Amino acid sequence: MAGLIIRRVLQLILLLLGISFIVFLSMHIAPGDPADIIGGPTASKEDIEGIRESLGLNEPLMVQYFDYLKGVIHGDFGFSFQTKESVSEALLSRFPNTLNLAIASIIVAIVIGVTAGIISALKHNSWFDGAATVISLAGISIPNFWLGAILILVFAVNLQWFPVGGLTEPFWTVEGMKQLILPAITLGTGSAAMIARMSRSAMLEVIRADYVRTARAKGVKEKTVIMVHCLRNAMIPVITVIGLNFGFLLGGTIITEQVFAINGVGRLMIESIAARDFPMVQGAVLLVATLFVLVNLVVDIVYALIDPRIGFE
Amino acid sequence: MEKTILEVEDLVTTFKTAGGEVSAVRGISFSLKKGETLCIVGESGCGKSITALSIMGLLAANAKSRGNVHFNGKNLLELKQDEMRKIRGNDISMIFQEPMTALNPTFTIGFQLCEPLLIHRNLSKKAARQKGIDLLKQVGIPMPEKRMKQYPHELSGGMRQRVMIAIALACSPKLLIADEPTTALDVTIQAQILDLLNDLKEEFETSVIMITHDMGVVAEVADRVIVMYAGEVIEEGSVEELFNDPQHPYTRGLLASVPNVDDPEFKLNPIPGTLPNLNEEIRGCRFHPRCPFAMEKCVQASPVQTNRKQNHSVRCWLQEAEADEYSKCQPSSAV
Repeated sequence: MAGLIIRRVLQLILLLLGISFIVFLSMHIAPGDPADIIGGPTASKEDIEGIRESLGLNEPLMVQYFDYLKGVIHGDFGFSFQTKESVSEALLSRFPNTLNLAIASIIVAIVIGVTAGIISALKHNSWFDGAATVISLAGISIPNFWLGAILILVFAVNLQWFPVGGLTEPFWTVEGMKQLILPAITLGTGSAAMIARMSRSAMLEVIRADYVRTARAKGVKEKTVIMVHCLRNAMIPVITVIGLNFGFLLGGTIITEQVFAINGVGRLMIESIAARDFPMVQGAVLLVATLFVLVNLVVDIVYALIDPRIGFE
Repeated sequence: MEKTILEVEDLVTTFKTAGGEVSAVRGISFSLKKGETLCIVGESGCGKSITALSIMGLLAANAKSRGNVHFNGKNLLELKQDEMRKIRGNDISMIFQEPMTALNPTFTIGFQLCEPLLIHRNLSKKAARQKGIDLLKQVGIPMPEKRMKQYPHELSGGMRQRVMIAIALACSPKLLIADEPTTALDVTIQAQILDLLNDLKEEFETSVIMITHDMGVVAEVADRVIVMYAGEVIEEGSVEELFNDPQHPYTRGLLASVPNVDDPEFKLNPIPGTLPNLNEEIRGCRFHPRCPFAMEKCVQASPVQTNRKQNHSVRCWLQEAEADEYSKCQPSSAV
């Protein structure tokens, strides 16, 4: 167990190095100069040059990169070009919103996806199975921004059941939950659809397995056959999909946060990219990438806990 | 051998398929006495396993059984799901062909072994564990305490089949159905498992239905044998009768298909042709297209059961002909 974690952490460091380099490079290669944006349209050439000098943008690219890395190792992600606030503080203040949204979405996705998948498999080729297949396909195909807008229109504007946007209250209050529901459905639908498809096929395979027949031959109750003997085996591939999706959700809140005006990391990222705020973009991407890899590590560990055939060696 | 514990009457099992309804078992009848070992033999696909699963009520959703299966004064085919569930693993248990896949890979041996005890015997977890360890000892598994905590993938095929036997015998069933329990195992392990089954049968006073296509297994364990062909019972008798005086051409064919390593002159004599498809309609005797002795009558009508002796019955038109006449009968090509 410890070996696995150490190996994965080493991999994680290498991976993050690579990611940080690519993000660093792409931001500098992309057209647009942060000094122009900070200076504004009225700034003179000398002003802009001064800003470039003070931000260290005139140094060679590799020097800038290593300066940045040095800071990161010390926990210093730099300061925003735009607002001058510390990148780590800005990220930390926005991250809880993003995390809440991602967790709420994955809960929506798991509850809907796994349930629909299991029922589909148990009632193979029934009307429910057919309907679930069509809805899943729609769920995967519908873009977030459209679904979000429609949900706002129907449930917030017309029915007025939920607020139009914002995420200001803590999630354990009724208000906070109300604020979370529409964005969580918007973000979770695609994942729910994928999880449903995966659960269905995994369950179908397991239901026909010899050991399920053995369980029935032992006189195990049908409910236990499904919920214990089948589910544990069927969940092995589903957990991979859930983990991957959770990673995507953490990084994929950008559009949903924008649609629902939620002050999270995704929205910060969009604003920072538009402003060529290099340190902020780099910090945000590194954060999301780290979380993605960590989630995958957790998935691997859970995987090994469920399936005894997978060792930790 | 006194009381009859299982009585199967005119069991028909059909499957709904895309191509219509097909019959896998076509009206078979047999009975089993207490303590008896009955072997059901026949080629793959002749309906042996379906017969077993019909008795257990473990058929796929698209299958349906009719007829009567009397066990302990109840007709199993008429029982509700939950009543049948209480019999499975308790009064009737089953061992399957594939020990590699018959155990759940994600649960320990202990969990899977204790499950029937917890369900049917209401034992405490601790008592079930102790009983589980005893059972593993009884089926000859070394270090049972350690095995209880292991997972199926940590055991060999023979060990897993022993575990399956332990699970099946956990609640001392009155009837044990073993569906080709040795087919997937090495020859040396096969013999061990058969010996074990024979011993445990005495110990637990269990009646056994052994399904096999291996005449060697039949000779080893059977008291009585029924031979199935294409969903029908074509010959039934005591093991001595069947080996010494086989009547049906198919039974003779089966015995002639067993290799004999002791005799260098021995030539394997397989039955020509293959088993008919389930949906294939064959007029008359279902074996006649493959039968070297087929007559006009065999094509026209299904043979009736003739009792040769008290414990030997055959379904073949040849029985009608004079014994010496049919022994002279020259093999003709299939009709």
